[in-house]
Amino acid sequence: METDHIVKSFDEELAKLDNMIAEMGGLAEVQLADAVGALVRRDVELANRIIEKDRRIDAIENELHSFTIRLLALRQPMADDLRIIVAALKISSNLERVGDYAKNIAKRTFVLAKGPPLGGTAQSIARMAALVQVMIKNVLDAYIQRDAAKAADVRARDEEVDQVYNSLFRELLTYMMEDPRNITAATHLLFVAKNVERIGDHVTGIAEQIHFMVTGDLPGDARPKGDTTSFTVLDPATTERPES
Amino acid sequence: MSAIAMRNQEAAPADIKMRAAGVDVSYGDKQALFAVNVAIETNTVTALIGPSGCGKSTFLRCLNRMNDVIEGCRVSGQITLDGVDVHDRAIDVVELRARVGMVFQKPNPFPKSVYENVAYGPRIHGLANSRAELDDIVHSSLRRAGLIDEVRDRLDEPGTGLSGGQQQRLCIARAIAVEPEVILMDEPCSALDPIATAKVEELIDDLRERYTIVIVTHSMQQAARVSQRTAFFHLGEVVEQGETGQIFTKPVDERTQAYITGRIG
Repeated sequence: METDHIVKSFDEELAKLDNMIAEMGGLAEVQLADAVGALVRRDVELANRIIEKDRRIDAIENELHSFTIRLLALRQPMADDLRIIVAALKISSNLERVGDYAKNIAKRTFVLAKGPPLGGTAQSIARMAALVQVMIKNVLDAYIQRDAAKAADVRARDEEVDQVYNSLFRELLTYMMEDPRNITAATHLLFVAKNVERIGDHVTGIAEQIHFMVTGDLPGDARPKGDTTSFTVLDPATTERPES
Repeated sequence: MSAIAMRNQEAAPADIKMRAAGVDVSYGDKQALFAVNVAIETNTVTALIGPSGCGKSTFLRCLNRMNDVIEGCRVSGQITLDGVDVHDRAIDVVELRARVGMVFQKPNPFPKSVYENVAYGPRIHGLANSRAELDDIVHSSLRRAGLIDEVRDRLDEPGTGLSGGQQQRLCIARAIAVEPEVILMDEPCSALDPIATAKVEELIDDLRERYTIVIVTHSMQQAARVSQRTAFFHLGEVVEQGETGQIFTKPVDERTQAYITGRIG
């Protein structure tokens, strides 16, 4: 419903909720971009700033939590108003986790910057992160525009991210088998890749909340899952050297 | 299993106590209801909501033919109680109103004692053969209305001397003393404070086990709290009816949505 509430201050409060989600989402998107940028350029200074900036995301999440509780108590919202407020509460938790994963990537940059780069893995991670950044941007647009179709599109894209992660997983395992001195860097890069993949999952979760917010139901079909690394076995005898 | 889940499960194979089909009501040349269809399930609280003048109280009064006494009021269409048309010639309207009782917005005890308020109905309907039987009916009705502990020593005092909330529960005791099957409530809590309201709401939930209840309320929170089914009236039509949880979390019709979220429809 596009019409305004009779009580105008309630509309202002709902608009404030949207602004908080937009600000959190914007920050999380930049944090991911910066974290991967710092990783590729081995920029320890930037990594430090990212860790510092995560506090702002946490602060908005706390503020949003108190604000939604206040809205529930004082406005006793119903129907789409209720769904918007509950969805915003859950989306803020997803965005906070996105921020945490970006911060964790920044932390690992300190160790990784001390050793030589491991082939082109950092660049591959950056390409994967670029896909996820587009997903974040689109999911925020879908939230603001109350667009369930756009949210469904974001949700479908997560499979592509999972596939890139699968190939990175195999690539990193191969580096480790090739030379045990690669293990430290490869393990950290594996976590970094996993963090980016998890961010994609959180964005998918946000897309599902948007579907709920708009339609009143969660998406009926099973979430597309492409991460097969839990079942992956690499045999050293048949493994080829990774190209880089 | 949660109370709500159990409630929803109980409602599953719906047993229809009363049904309105194609009901039109006019006051003179002004039509108040248009082709209203509502199914009222047995042992269920059905809430009727909607803005002032939408026809919900008019509809409530159709269910026990209270509109008969209003000059110039015409009712057409079919209203059944256990499948029998309430306008059937074989139906005695006094008996109908005993089976379909009513509680009004303002507590309206008779200017008599607490005891006499409750005893009046059973006495005129000949439900008690002795003073002892009448005592039993009065006590059990007051107990079921959750009032007995508060009035046990005041049965001979005037009913009008009780607090507002107690008076309303006295009226409910009076309604259930004649063993009705359906209880109609027209904004029963609008004159009560929140504590008295909570007591009446708790009572409504208890009464559901024995009776079928239809409640008109302006408070959507109250409809959400006490009912299992909700019908939304707008400009004399039933726009939407369904399970209360569904109506308040994802209504289908935009007018329902606009009303319950406080938007201009």
